[in-house]
Amino acid sequence: MPLDGNAMAGDLREIFAVDVTAARYMCAGCTHTDAVGTLMLWHQSPGLVARCPNCEDVVIRVVRAPDRVFLDLRGSVRLEVPLEGS
Amino acid sequence: MGIISRGFGGRRRESVPGLPPGQYLTHDFPVLSAGPTPRIPLDRWRFTITTETGDKTSWNWTEFQALPAEDVTVDIHCVTKWSKLGTTWRGVSLDTLLEDVESSADYTMVHSFGGYTTNVPMEDLLDGKAWVAYKFDGEDLEPEHGGPARLVVPHLYFWKSAKWVNGLQLMGDDEPGFWEAAGYHMYGDPWREQRYQGD
Repeated sequence: MPLDGNAMAGDLREIFAVDVTAARYMCAGCTHTDAVGTLMLWHQSPGLVARCPNCEDVVIRVVRAPDRVFLDLRGSVRLEVPLEGS
Repeated sequence: MGIISRGFGGRRRESVPGLPPGQYLTHDFPVLSAGPTPRIPLDRWRFTITTETGDKTSWNWTEFQALPAEDVTVDIHCVTKWSKLGTTWRGVSLDTLLEDVESSADYTMVHSFGGYTTNVPMEDLLDGKAWVAYKFDGEDLEPEHGGPARLVVPHLYFWKSAKWVNGLQLMGDDEPGFWEAAGYHMYGDPWREQRYQGD
């Protein structure tokens, strides 16, 4: 069973200086937009697969190697990242 | 006391000679999935081979079941590091499926219900190295494990053995599939530990 996108917070915190789960994505498949934390996350797989809850298209993929993290964002048209203090 | 317990630190993993490097042995059959499990009614199942020129060869479930099948016993190796030895499958060899297909393609893209893809070189599908399997351990293949039918290419990491297969696109050039585009190795030989790009 999938988790929600908040479960990606630990992996994404290693890459970004901001909490990406609070950012808003726009799905490349259906243009649905919501917080990254609301994505449906399949984690029992060779990587993390975050899918749009509206159309089930893949929005974000995260693959962890021992020395690298691959972040595939082709399913997201954009990420809207709130800035602290604004 | 100087005595260190070996009982802590997680489940002990069985070390077996002959496993590819970095793998451990499991006796169950973990279910890995990158999305919802598709439920495909057999009357809507179809497997289609599309050549590099666009020619199509296709079988529905009844036609597929009428093809000569083989029983094979193979070891499988998941990139997440579990291996399972002596698994038994029944399915149709890719040699049989590609027998009457005219193509000079060196590469293929495997397609699945649900949108999953993975790339496999043509030579890795031929000469008794790959099957479209519909039985596991003598039973119909369960949806969680890829039923009605999945690819089995046991000499490559198991992400290449796509669940819920519905087609094969023959290609002149190699292209990455679902996991290969996201950082996994284009070929995925477990004996050379080709897990990620650059390995």
